[in-house]
Amino acid sequence: MYEVKVFVTLKEAVLDPQGSAVKNSLHHLGYEGVEDVRIGKVLTLRIDSSADKVEAVVQEMCEKLLANTVIEDYRYEIEEVVTS
Amino acid sequence: MKFAVIVFPGSNCDLDMYHAVKDELGAEAEYVWHEETSLAGFDGVLLPGGFSYGDYLRTGAIARFSPIMNAVKQAAEEGKPVLGVCNGFQILLEAGLLPGAMLRNEKLKFICAPVKLVVENTGTPFTAAYDDGQEITIPVAHGEGNYFCDEATLKQLKDNKQIVFTYKNNINGSVANIAGITNKAGNVLGMMPHPERAVDQLLGSKDGLALFQSILSHWREKNAITS
Repeated sequence: MYEVKVFVTLKEAVLDPQGSAVKNSLHHLGYEGVEDVRIGKVLTLRIDSSADKVEAVVQEMCEKLLANTVIEDYRYEIEEVVTS
Repeated sequence: MKFAVIVFPGSNCDLDMYHAVKDELGAEAEYVWHEETSLAGFDGVLLPGGFSYGDYLRTGAIARFSPIMNAVKQAAEEGKPVLGVCNGFQILLEAGLLPGAMLRNEKLKFICAPVKLVVENTGTPFTAAYDDGQEITIPVAHGEGNYFCDEATLKQLKDNKQIVFTYKNNINGSVANIAGITNKAGNVLGMMPHPERAVDQLLGSKDGLALFQSILSHWREKNAITS
């Protein structure tokens, strides 16, 4: 069993209005050193797969559904978990 | 001419779309549930607005895998007119039937208002009844209508005259003021404004009716129907 975390963020070239709003809010709170805020999402998946296949499967899922590669980048972390 | 109005879980403009083509245009129309797999017998396909699957993950991202979408793709390949409005546009983008993607509105506000559009291309099955450069008033109602594509795609859209409607004043941050685009062949149109909500003067505008009339006229010409 694998636990997979998929991180999806807007591409650098794409304006992130939510991130800009949060950045402004942080500035109002006095955190003026904040230069950039980007908002993304984390998806946590548990996948029953084999060691040689799990990464290919995760990548395929990201390309097909989890991220829209026109506007988003993705990366993932795969960790084997022991099931009792 | 018979239209299919595709109904996804969370569609909420399906009744308006049905009313526009059935009652105002006078064509035939039938609702088609998204779990159906065939669009045999239909001459045109309408994907209505709403919040299919609650906009979970991304707008249109889950609806694009509904069973009916294979039939929608097939209809598009056969050259039948396919119109996606608002969430319908977002689904067509996610399905890859149109290029680009949708972002949150630049000001993060849901915009619900009549807006002025410019008709940029009257050489499509959807716009022949308009004049080139005509200004029309059609309502919008969206939180994610900020159209995005990269520069290479934008150049293709311009070179192939795929930009059909633009906002007179950019309301949501869309690249090149884009409000509606077609595919390269011109038979698939996606647009954020709601023409089906502008088919009766009683509701403030009937500027949207000409879009549906264009589809019907085009179909009649193509099939040599004179009446």
